[in-house]
Amino acid sequence: MENIAEYIKEGRSDSWRIELRKSMKTKERTSYERVKMPEQDPHIRNKNSIEVNSGISEEMAIAESHRCLDCPAPTCTIGCPVGINIPEFIKKIEIRDFLGAATVIKETNALPAVCGRVCPQEKQCELSCFYTQKLHKPPIAIGNLERFSADYERNSGKMSIPNVAESNGIKVAVVGSGPSGLAAAGDLAKLGYDVTVFEALHEIGGVLKYGIPEFRLPNDIVDIEIESMRKMGVKFHTNFIVGKTASFDDLKEQGFKAFFVGSGAGLPRFMNIPGENFNGIFSSNEYLTRINLMKAAYDDYDTPVLFGKNVAVIGGGNTAMDSVRTAKRLGAERSMIIYRRSIEEMPARVEEVHHAQDEEIEFMNLHNPVEYFADENGRVNRMRIRKMRLGEPDASGRRRPIPIEGSEFDIAVDLVVVAVGVSPNPIVPSSLKDLKMTNWGTIVVDKDTMQSSIPNIFAGGDIVRGGATVILAMGDGRVAAAGMHKYLQEKVKAN
Amino acid sequence: MNKIVEKEFFSENVAKIVIESPDIAIIRKAGHFVIIRIDEKGERIPLTIADGDKEKGTITVVVQKVGVTSAKLLAMNEGEEILDIVGPLGHATHIEKKGTVLCAGGGVGVAPLMPIVKALKKAGNKVITVLAGRTKELIILEDEMRNYSDELIVMTDDGSYGKKGLVTAGMEEVIQREKVNMAVLIGPAIMMKFGSLTTKKYNIPTVVSLNTIMVDGTGMCGACRVSVGGKTKFVCVDGPEFDAFQVDWSQMMMRMGAYKMQEHEAYEKYLRTVETVA
Ligand SMILES: Cc1cc2nc3c(=O)[nH]c(=O)nc-3n(C[C@H](O)[C@H](O)[C@H](O)COP(=O)(O)OP(=O)(O)OC[C@H]3O[C@@H](n4cnc5c(N)ncnc54)[C@H](O)[C@@H]3O)c2cc1C
Ligand SMILES: Cc1cc2nc3c(=O)[nH]c(=O)nc-3n(C[C@H](O)[C@H](O)[C@H](O)COP(=O)(O)OP(=O)(O)OC[C@H]3O[C@@H](n4cnc5c(N)ncnc54)[C@H](O)[C@@H]3O)c2cc1C
Ligand code: SF4
Ligand code: SF4
Ligand code: FES
Repeated sequence: MENIAEYIKEGRSDSWRIELRKSMKTKERTSYERVKMPEQDPHIRNKNSIEVNSGISEEMAIAESHRCLDCPAPTCTIGCPVGINIPEFIKKIEIRDFLGAATVIKETNALPAVCGRVCPQEKQCELSCFYTQKLHKPPIAIGNLERFSADYERNSGKMSIPNVAESNGIKVAVVGSGPSGLAAAGDLAKLGYDVTVFEALHEIGGVLKYGIPEFRLPNDIVDIEIESMRKMGVKFHTNFIVGKTASFDDLKEQGFKAFFVGSGAGLPRFMNIPGENFNGIFSSNEYLTRINLMKAAYDDYDTPVLFGKNVAVIGGGNTAMDSVRTAKRLGAERSMIIYRRSIEEMPARVEEVHHAQDEEIEFMNLHNPVEYFADENGRVNRMRIRKMRLGEPDASGRRRPIPIEGSEFDIAVDLVVVAVGVSPNPIVPSSLKDLKMTNWGTIVVDKDTMQSSIPNIFAGGDIVRGGATVILAMGDGRVAAAGMHKYLQEKVKAN
Repeated sequence: MNKIVEKEFFSENVAKIVIESPDIAIIRKAGHFVIIRIDEKGERIPLTIADGDKEKGTITVVVQKVGVTSAKLLAMNEGEEILDIVGPLGHATHIEKKGTVLCAGGGVGVAPLMPIVKALKKAGNKVITVLAGRTKELIILEDEMRNYSDELIVMTDDGSYGKKGLVTAGMEEVIQREKVNMAVLIGPAIMMKFGSLTTKKYNIPTVVSLNTIMVDGTGMCGACRVSVGGKTKFVCVDGPEFDAFQVDWSQMMMRMGAYKMQEHEAYEKYLRTVETVA
C-alpha cells in the first residue's frame, strides 16, 4: 500500500493540481451542497425496468468536483478497496478532462461504470472522505463522479483499450465470469497471458448479469466491458463447468498452467421452516435469475415465472432489495420486506433502501417468518410471522434479534422470495480433494497472493470471502493476477 | 457447435436426437444429464444423456413432446444447431454388482434408464427390464433394451402390445418368481411413486431418478428442490437419483405443477403460431 500512497501524493504536486487548488478558496468549496443524482419519479419507475438513477450532467459533475478539497492526505482513497486515485480523477473532472478522469480510474479499476453504480460507497470511499470524517457534511459524491466519468468515456466512443503486453504464450484459465474473474482475466491479459474464462451459465458476468436487475445496472454496460476484454484477447467459453465439463487435470493436460477460481457464492440458503417448499416460494437466486437472465417477465421469452399480488421478501441485503423492487415492478400490489432486525442493521446499500422506500415498498422490520401455508394446489397463500426485538450485539457487531414469544400473526401472501444469504458454490471444491477449505466452505488462500493450498490454483471473490461486494471481488482478482504472474514467472525461470 | 446430426422419431411425440457435443461425450456417464437452451428466447430444460459416442463426439437424448420447448426441439431438423448445451450434470449412477436388478421404465423414462441398464449388465448383474406405456406407440427403445437386458417384459395399459396392465403388475410378476436385490425406476412421478410402493412391500432397495423443474442445474437456484428423508435436497446437484423410499412424492408432484397454467397457455400460443406459419 505504501507505494500507492506515494503515487497518490506525487500527482498532487503537479503544477495543474496546485493551480487548481489555488483557484478557489476552501471556504467556497465547502459551502456548496452535494449534487443530487437525478432519478426517475418513484411512482413511474416502480412500473418499468429503466435505470432508476439517470446520471449527472457535465455541469453537475463539475459542480460536485469543486467541492473536493484535494486533501494533502486523502483519506477517501484508503476507503476504496482498490485504491483508486480519487482526488486525481476528480480534479481531472474539474478541468473538464473527462476522458482523463476515466483513464485515472481505469488504472486500478477495470469496471468503473459498474462500481460507480453498485459500490456501497457510504461504507467505503465516501465514509472515509474528509467531509464525512471531519466536517460532518455529506461526502463528495465519489461514486456518482466515477459513474459519470465511465459513462462519459463509453458514450464518447473513445473508450480506451488497455495496453496489452506481447503474448508470452502461457495459457491460464479463469473459472467463473463474475467481477473477480473478469478483473483477474483483464490483468492477466495485460501481462501477456493467453487467458480463457470458463463460465457455467450461458451469459458472461456472474451476479452482474443474473442477480443485479436492469434498473440498477443495465446489462449493456456489463456487455461493453466484456467486449473490450475480448478486444484485449481474452477468450470466453460459456456453458462450461470446470469440475464437470472438464476437470482441472483435463485442463492441465490441455496446457493450462495456472487457474484463478472466482466461482462465487451461488448456493442459496433457506430457513428450513415448515411449508418452505410450497409453490410460489423462491430463493432470491431463482427469482432474479428467471427475470434477469431468462427474461421470464417478457411474453416472448419461454421461461415462466409466477407473479404475485402480495409479495413478501425475506431479508435485508441488496438481494432482498433487488427482489422486492422487482416484484413491485412486475405488478405486486403489496411488496414487503420482512427483516428480523431494524433498518439500521440492514446490510443493503443505503441508497437502495431509500429508493425502495420511495417506491412504496413496505418494510416490516423486526419480523421473522415461522411457517408457510398453501392452497389446494400447493401455491403459498399465507405466512405466519413473529415479532422480534433487539438484544445484545453478536459476533458481527450487530444487535442480535430475539423472538418475542406469542407474537405470531398471519398475513396473506401469494409470492415469497427468500433472500437470507448464500453459501459458497461447492462445485469446484468438491472436484479438488486436496484443496484446503474453511468450515464455511470457502477456499483458504494466502491473502497477499490469493494462492490456495494447491500452488497453481488461486482464488478470490465470494468463493473466498463467503459474500462480499463487487469491488472486493475485483480487488481479489487483481491481487490474484499479480500472484499468478509471480508464480508463473518463477516457474519459467526455474525451467 | 451443438449440431443435430441425427433425428429419429420413435412415435409421434417421442424422438431420439443425436447432437454434436464433444466435450460432454468424453466425460459423461450413465445417470448424467444436460441442460439445453434452444435459442435466444428459449428456456433451459434438463434432458438425460441416453447414450454417447466418444469417437464421434456426440451425445444422444430421447425427448418427449410435453410442452413448448420439447415441441420446438422435436421440430428442429438435422443440421440445425442448439444454442446452448451444458453438462454433464448430476451424479452419475452408482453402478455395482448386486445380483439381480429389476429396472422399470415408464414413457420417456425409458431413455434415461437405457444407459443404466447397459452399465448394470456390464458390471455383471442379471438385469430384468420392464417397459411400460399407456399404449403400443408409447413403448420406445424396445430393441435396445432387449439387447442390454437378460429379460424384457413389456406392459401396456390397454393391452395393445405385450401384457395388459400397469408397470407394477409386471414388477410384481418378477418379484414373485425370483429374488430381486435392487430396483431402478424411472418414469413419470406417479409411476415411480407406485412402483416404489410395490418394491417397498418386499423391502427391495430402490433407486429413482427425479425430473423436477430446473433452471441452472448447478445448485444455484433451488428450483429443483424436493424433500428427501425430511431434508430439502437439490435434485440437480444432490441427485437426480435418490432412495425411492425417502422421497416426499406428494411434494414432488405438487412442485412439478408449479407452472401448469403458464405452460398450458404458452403451449396453446405456440400451437397457434405453428399453425399460422404452416
Ligand atoms: C442480487 C444481488 C445484488 C447485489 N448487489 C450488490 C451491490 O449493489 N453492490 C455490491 O458491491 N455487491 C452486490 N452484490 C454482491 C456481489 O455481486 C458479489 O459479491 C460479487 O458478484 C462476487 O463476485 P464473484 O466474482 O466472486 O462471483 P459471482 O459474481 O458470483 O460469479 C461467479 C460465476 O462463476 C460461475 N461458476 C461457478 N462455478 C463454476 C464452475 N465450476 N465453472 C465455471 N463457472 C462457474 C457462476 O455461474 C458465476 O457466473 C449483490 C449480489 C446479489 C446476488
Ligand atoms: C434430470 C432430468 C432429466 C430429464 N430427462 C428427460 C429426457 O431424457 N427426456 C425428456 O423428454 N424429458 C426429460 N426430462 C423432463 C424435461 O426436462 C421436461 O419434459 C421439459 O422440461 C418440458 O419442457 P416443455 O417446455 O416442453 O414443457 P413444459 O411446458 O415445461 O411442461 C408441459 C407439461 O408437461 C408436464 N411435464 C413437465 N415435465 C415433465 C416430465 N418430466 N414428465 C412428464 N411430464 C412433464 C408438466 O406438468 C407440464 O404441465 C428430464 C427432467 C429432469 C429434471
Ligand atoms: S471503486 Fe467503489 S469504493 Fe472505490 S472509489 Fe469507486 S465507488 Fe468508491
Ligand atoms: S477525502 Fe474527500 S475531499 Fe478529500 S480528496 Fe478525498 S474526496 Fe476530496
Ligand atoms: S436447478 Fe437450480 S438449483 Fe437445481
